[in-house]
Formats: sequence, structure tokens, C-alpha cells
Amino acid sequence: MIHLQKVSKSYGKVQALLDCTVAFEQGQSVALIGPNGSGKTTIIKCVLNMVKPDQGQITFFGASIANQWQYRAHIGYMPQTGRYPDNMRVEQVFALLKKLRNDPADTDEELIEQFELKKIFGKPMYTLSGGMRQKVSAALAFMFNPAVLILDEPTAGLDPLASEYLKQKIIREKEKGKLILITSHILSDLDDIATDVLYIMEGRLQFFKTLEAVKTETAEVRLANAIASIMKKQNTHVIYH
Amino acid sequence: MLSIIKYGLYDITRNKVIIAYTLFLLCMSFGLYALEGQPAKATLSLLNIMLVLIPLISIVFSTIHYYNAYEFTELLLAQPLPRRSILLSQYISIAAALTLAYLIGMVFPVLLYDASAHSYWLLLTGFLLTLVFVSLAFLSAVSTRDKARGMGMAMLLWFYFALLYDGIILFILFAFADYPLEKAVVALSMLNPVDMGRIAVIIKMETAALMGYTGAVFQNFLGTTQGLVISISVIILWIIIPLGMVIRIFKHKDL
Repeated sequence: MIHLQKVSKSYGKVQALLDCTVAFEQGQSVALIGPNGSGKTTIIKCVLNMVKPDQGQITFFGASIANQWQYRAHIGYMPQTGRYPDNMRVEQVFALLKKLRNDPADTDEELIEQFELKKIFGKPMYTLSGGMRQKVSAALAFMFNPAVLILDEPTAGLDPLASEYLKQKIIREKEKGKLILITSHILSDLDDIATDVLYIMEGRLQFFKTLEAVKTETAEVRLANAIASIMKKQNTHVIYH
Repeated sequence: MLSIIKYGLYDITRNKVIIAYTLFLLCMSFGLYALEGQPAKATLSLLNIMLVLIPLISIVFSTIHYYNAYEFTELLLAQPLPRRSILLSQYISIAAALTLAYLIGMVFPVLLYDASAHSYWLLLTGFLLTLVFVSLAFLSAVSTRDKARGMGMAMLLWFYFALLYDGIILFILFAFADYPLEKAVVALSMLNPVDMGRIAVIIKMETAALMGYTGAVFQNFLGTTQGLVISISVIILWIIIPLGMVIRIFKHKDL
């Protein structure tokens, strides 16, 4: 579905991604894991065409995404920090995003209901707390039934209830056969969500395998412990599954 | 694209800075006409203030707004939209909001007190200068990701065009006083949109000789009509060229 072929990207002297080759397919829920500054967000931004790779190619359903924008109709993106125009009201943000997708009739408003966002529809965005803005971002990402969901730190800053609603929603979408890419530092959240784990360090892909494989290889039950034991071993050779 | 402009305009017109700018222009315009007996004189004072203030507010506000809207821009970039239309809608909504402030704060009082030929040119110039400095603001903002550097560049551009430039021309005039400089000065003043704006207005006022060297030369050299046409076209170039550069940079930029 989304294929990266030998994608490299550097910001000046910093090598953000090096020769990254990976294939994400439908029905996968991929946890992108790695230390801060390891290149997780760069991968996401490359897929969204926000960052142009220095080398390599990215294809979406077989077609190269270079200089394309139409393909993003199939992607729902939840950014790490959602900041919105201060004086816009919540309902206007939703209305604007709908307009930009040509007002589809069948929008998924489940999260709007669960997060009770209708209650704050009349409020200007600057009055919202970080967590509330996060809820708005999440609802926006899921609203258009996209085939691909890209979630950058989705549960950071959400209260436990909202975080649980979001996790359940992600699981339901995964079961519908969507591709989901998630970055998170809260590994315990990923246990229930992820089917595959992509571990990246200093721009280099360390491994990409199923969650089960990671757990059996490390003989750990929890993803957090498995990753910790991998990091301890400083296993740096690249393994693809 | 239209919906981004619509909601963008809704957001920016509720911005406190824009409201303060409108009120300030309004007070200033009415104040000057109330204090000055002759409307033409008040218009002239207004011109001098306008030539400094409009570029300053336009460039500072637009630069800050670009950086503040950065994360929302990222979200828009994740939608199925070409980059160019995102950037252009942001440009248009900021320019429209500043123009609206200018319409209420300045166009309205000037037309009320002194509706004459030179006033029309003054108002047109003010509008075009707003667009020029929004273009320049975007140029400095897309050139660097660092807000402090972007702001610094914007301030420097304003300082250069609004204040420093005349000093440099004066210096050149003194240094090369023995040579015929008229053509050179005309060419040089085209490099400054603020100067062009001043010239467009004062050619019409027929006090060109009193308003600095470049104005006098321009009138003698080109005559009124031709001078006006040239000065206005040069200002329009000052809107289009930086904006073209902005679109080019933004198209290939990493966000």
C-alpha cells in the first residue's frame, strides 16, 4: 500500500533517514518506535509529502507520490501538536476540513460523539486546553473514513477515558482493514493496537517485524519490556521480516 | 481555496492586533483632519505617516501570523490540496484583513474630508504597499524556519525600505555630485516600493520638488502621467516578484 524504497533524507549535516526501505500493507497497524530524533516523524512527513526525500521513492497504491496531492484524500493525519487559528470556532474547524474534502455525506462522527465535542462547538480554539485540541485533531483524522491513518503521538495529553476511546477506535478501524501508522512513546498503549513494530534509530531502520515475533524473540510479554531488552542488547544489525 | 480564505479572514479580522490597527488608523486620520485647517495639508501628513506605518504593520503582522499558523498549515498540507493553493489562500486572507483595516481606518476618513485626485492616488498607494509588504513578509517567513530569524529579516527589510534607503540615495548623490545623476536616481528609486509610493502621490500633488530629491527628478524626468504609470507598475512588480519567489520556495520546502 505504502512502499518506501531506499528513502534518504538529511537536514544539513543531520541524517534523518538513511536508505529506508519498507512496505506497509492494508490491515497492518504499525508502531513506529525509536528514541527522540530517530526519524519517526520524518517518515510520516515523507509519506505526507511535507518533506521531500533527497533520494529514493515513495509509492502509494503503486503510484509515486512525488509532486502529487490527490492521494492525500485517502489519508487521515493526526499531528503531534494540533494548533488551530485562535479565533476560529471548533465547529468552523470541522466545517472547513469538510469543505476541503468536498463535503462528503458519510462522515464518521463517532469520536465527536464520544469526546462530547458538540458541547464545545461554539468555543473559539484559543480557549481550548491542549487535551481538548488533541481530541479535535483525533476526531478530524478519523472523520473522512480514510484508508490510511497516520497518528503522531495520538494519546499524549489525553485523559485516560479519551485515550481509551481513541484506542478502541483505532482497533475498530484496524479490523476494517485499514493501514494505521502510529508513533508513540507510551509503549503500553501500543500493546493492544499494534500488529507490527518498526524500530528506527538515528535514521536507520533497525527492524520491522510483527509484534508477536518481537515478543517471542525477546521472551517478553509486554512490548515495553521487549523494546527495553532490545535496546539493552544494542542490536544494530538490520533485520527485515 | 475559497473556504480557507473565508475562514482565515474570519479568524484574522477577530485578531486584536488588526482591530487595534484599524482603530489607530481611524483615530489618526480623523485627528489629522480635525487639527489641520486645510485638508490637503492633512493628507500630506497622512502620507508621511502612512509610508512608514503601513509597511511596518503589514510586514510584522504577516510574518508573526505565518509562524503562528505554522502547525495549522501542516494540517492543511496533510489534506488533499496542492501546496500553492494553501499558501495563496493564506496570503489572500492576510492581505484582505489588512486591507479591510485600511479601508475602514483610512480610506473612509480620507474620502470624507479630502476627496480629490491626489487622495485617490494616496489611497491606491496605501493599498498596494500593504500587498507589497505582505509579500515581503511571506518571503522572509518562508526563507527560514526559525521565527527569530524570520522576524529579524522582516524588520530589516522594513528598516531598509522605510528609513535607510533615502539615506543611501542621499549619500550617493553627495558622493557623485559632479556627475549627471538623474537617470541613475530614477532607476535607483524603482528599487524601493515605498519611494515609488511616495512619488506616485506627490507627482499628483505638484509639490514634488519639496518632497525630496527622487520625487523632483521623477517629475522633471518623466512628467506626470508617465511617472504615475511607471511608479504604479513598479509597485505592482514589487508585489508579484516576491510572491512568485515565495510560491517557488514553498513548493520545494520541507515543512
